[in-house]
This record gives sequence, structure tokens and C-alpha cells, in this order.
Amino acid sequence: MGSNVLALDGVSAYYGDSLVLQEVSFSLGEGRLLGLLGRNGAGKSTCMNVAAGLLSPRNGHLEFFGETVTEIKPEELAHLGVSLVPQERRIFKSLTVYENLAVAARQPPWTHRDPWEFSTVFAAFPRLGERHKQVAGSLSGGEQQMLAIARALMSNPRILLMDEPSEGLAPQIVMEVIDTVSRLKEQGLSIILVEQNPKLVFGIADDIVILNSGRVVLTGTAADLNPKNLDLTEYLGIF
Amino acid sequence: MRERCLIIVTLMSLVSLPLWMGSDYYINIASQILIWAIFALALNVLVGWSGLVSLGHAGLFGMACYTGAWLLEAGWGHFTAVLGAFAMTILVSAIFGALSLRTRGIGFIMITLAISQILWGIAYRWIGLTNGDNGIIISARPTPFGIEMDTPGVFYIFTLIVFLLTMLIMAIFYQSPFGVSLRGTRDQSRRMSALGFNVWLIRFFAILFSGFFSGVAGLLFLYYHQYVSPHVLSLLNSAEVLLMVISGGTGTLLGPVVGAGLVVVIKNVASAYIERWNMLLGVIFVAIVIFMPEGLVPGTQRLFRWVFSRIKSIGAAIKSEAS
Repeated sequence: MGSNVLALDGVSAYYGDSLVLQEVSFSLGEGRLLGLLGRNGAGKSTCMNVAAGLLSPRNGHLEFFGETVTEIKPEELAHLGVSLVPQERRIFKSLTVYENLAVAARQPPWTHRDPWEFSTVFAAFPRLGERHKQVAGSLSGGEQQMLAIARALMSNPRILLMDEPSEGLAPQIVMEVIDTVSRLKEQGLSIILVEQNPKLVFGIADDIVILNSGRVVLTGTAADLNPKNLDLTEYLGIF
Repeated sequence: MRERCLIIVTLMSLVSLPLWMGSDYYINIASQILIWAIFALALNVLVGWSGLVSLGHAGLFGMACYTGAWLLEAGWGHFTAVLGAFAMTILVSAIFGALSLRTRGIGFIMITLAISQILWGIAYRWIGLTNGDNGIIISARPTPFGIEMDTPGVFYIFTLIVFLLTMLIMAIFYQSPFGVSLRGTRDQSRRMSALGFNVWLIRFFAILFSGFFSGVAGLLFLYYHQYVSPHVLSLLNSAEVLLMVISGGTGTLLGPVVGAGLVVVIKNVASAYIERWNMLLGVIFVAIVIFMPEGLVPGTQRLFRWVFSRIKSIGAAIKSEAS
């Protein structure tokens, strides 16, 4: 395992007076895919918001590439190479597909051998290429999800945070999304994949973190925590 | 090709307007429409492209009027007066931005309204500086390249050139990376932050850009009337220009121009025939909200698309019946 690119250390976060994350700690190794599992309301998306700088933790701290960060703005984190594919896509619906991608395009100093640019993104997501002049709000749900992923890639991130990318999609489209995530992992990108469906995550993740009621209840490698050998009911309250 | 032809015909009609319009009164109305259209386009940068509704833009418009008038009164030339007016408008826009961007939504509306009311109060009450309700009269219009602008036709052509330049700059701005990122902040401001953008700074520059063109419109207004009074800073002016943007269609390039045309024509032409023209304007605005809530330009486009699709489907039905 390489060095850690992102770590949450004893992070507690609140929405107003509601405690949502309680002393959450886990880390993402370089080039690894971490699956963050948990049922509705477990705190997965809050973890992603904290990791993307959209929500400041009240206790604990974040580490990026070995450096401790306490208060950081989301735009500063983006410049460090963190990119979020948010829940519900949150694409710019009134902009065209091309403009959605153009607004995120960046060639940072750490850009790897094959940087993401329009040609590579359109090669990876041909349907976006075909519809590049179309207003993004008129795309189908699956296409919007592809656009959200493509937009995140256009910033050539070092860490990709994906918050339930399969949410609300048809099973065939879900498999396309998961294939895309696998390809990105093979290309060496460090990824945190938030999902509710353990079957999807265990198939591609290196490491697993399970959250329940805002606490980390289980961590380990995907190989060690094989769902066949593990009673996930205890941790997820499902199956 | 069809679009290009339409643009050329429109341009030719606009340029030749003083020749075929006949009456000086209507040429002046056309000049007024263009001046208000520039002002509405400036406000559209905020309302349509940034999602920031300002109810105090008359403050920026009026600052350009007053600064230009002061400098001309003090004996400075037109060039200095214009530069000074732009500098002052941008400075006031920066103050507007720094204060109003601390809030969003209703707070933003109220702060912009409050700042413009302060400026109106100064113009109305500080008589030593502004001559109060009597206003300031300027003696002459400028003579760019030695061309006298005393006749309505020449002034109209000058206003048209400024208007077309404004339209061109707005079209370029809309497509530019800055324009795209500004529209991104309107759609998903948190997402723009997560993509690495300083949302506050983008909005601040948008206010400066909008303020600059409000200043352009203000200066044209000053030269058109050769007079400025506290009325230019009033809430009514801010509300009217907002009405132009909303009735024409926010976020579009043509919408504010159409809205400006509608309001100026009703104010100046319909008021000659109908005493309660304000009521007519209100009724038209309510009708727009009911039938075309997205504004006249996008609403008309939608209507045309619907009519064409109906004609197409009827044509297809007749064809299939015949075969």
C-alpha cells in the first residue's frame, strides 16, 4: 500500500446542533479505492462534504498528502486535487454539456501522463461527445451521472470522491457507472466510493469502511471483509 | 443562413430608422429604448446570469449621471467627464458588491435597495452638492470626431453604435469562460466552490461589469436629456429596469431589449392615449407572468415551437390519411 492521500482523524461534524459524525477516522491510500458503506442517514454524504471542504468539522482534523488541514475552503481543497462527484449529480442544468466540462477544466502541476481533456473525456463517454451542445438539464439520468463524473475528471484530480453515483439509475446504467469507476481505479486514481449497495462496492473496492449512526463500525480490506463470511446485518441493518 | 439574413435585415432597419421613422418624437423614443435596453442588459448580468436580484441599480445609473454632470459643470471636458463617471460608477459598484454580497436572496435585494435609497437621499437633500430637486443641467452634448449630436437622428445613431457594442460585448461575455463560470455560480454555487472557484470574487466582478454598463446607460441618459435630477436614483427607476428584464426574459440577450422596448413604448406612446397607463403596464406584466412566466422572448420561442410542431403533426396526419 502507498502512502495516505487523505485521512479523517477523529472528525466530529454537526448540522446546526445535530451531531452527525462522531470521531470518524479512516484513511485513503494512494491509488486505492475505498468503499464507504452505510444505510440512509449513517453519515456517508456528510463524510464526503467534510472531505471536500463543504462542511467544517467541529473536532478532529483532515490530512491531505500528509499535511494536516483544520479550516480549509472548498476551492482551496479543489486546488489541492480533491474532486467531488456529488449526490444527485448537481450538474449545471442551464449550461451545455461542453460548458459543464469547460468550467471544470484544469491542468494542474501533478497532471499524470494522460491528462483528462475534452478529447479523452469524449472518448471515455461517447454519449457526452454526441450531446456536447445540448443543455445538460435535458440529458437522461444516466447521462447526467456520466457528466457529473466527467466534470470531476476534467479538473484532473488526485482524489476522486464519489457520492452514491448509482443512485436512481437503471441497473444497466449502474453497471456502466461501476465499470467507469473500475477503469479510473486501474488508471491509478485514488477514489472514495460512497454506496448503499455493498454488492457493488465489494466487487471493486480495495478497502471498506462501514458507518452506522455517524460512527465507524467496521474497517478493513475488501478481501478480509468478504460479505460471504460476514454478517452485514449487524453493521448495516439490512440483508 | 436564415439567422444571418434576419440579423442583417434588423441591422439595416435599425441603422436606417431616422430615414423612415419620419417624426423626431419617435426617433427620440427609439433612442430612449436603446438607452434603457443597455441599462436592462447591465442588470441582466446580475438577475439573469448570476441569480442576484438587485433593486438598487438606479443608484449606479444615477452615479454616472451625476458624476458626468458635476465634472462638466466644473468645466472639465467631455472625455474627462466620461472617464470620471466610469471611475465613480465602478467605485460605487465595488461598494455595492462588498456590502451586498454578504447576503443572498431577499437580503441582497434589501441591501441594494437600501444603498440606492441612501444615494437618492443624498441627491435629494444635499442641495449644495446636487442642486436638490432642481437637478443639474449640462450645456452641450459631446462632438466625437467633430460630429455634432444636436439632432435626434445623429444622437440616435450614436446611441445605436453604443448599444450594438454593448450587445456584442454581452454576447462575448456570455460565452466566455468567466460568463460560463458566472452562470455556474447561479446554478450550483457550492459545486463551483468544490470545483475550485472563488464564488464571491466571481460575483463581485460580475457586479463591477454590470455597474460599468449601468454607467454607460447613465451617461447616455445624461447626454440625451442634458439634465439630471434625483429621480434617476429613485426606487421607481430600479423597479422599472427590473420589470424590463423580467418581462422580456431573464438570462437571455434579447429579453431585456424587448422588455425595455415594451416599457418605454407604454410609458411614452400609450400614455398619450390612456391616462392610467401605469395600470395598462401592470395588466400587461400580470398577463406575461400568467401566460409566459419565463418572459416574452423565451415564451414566444416556446409558442413558435408549439405551433410548428402542431402544423407538422397535422401535416403528417393528412399525408398518412391520403396514402
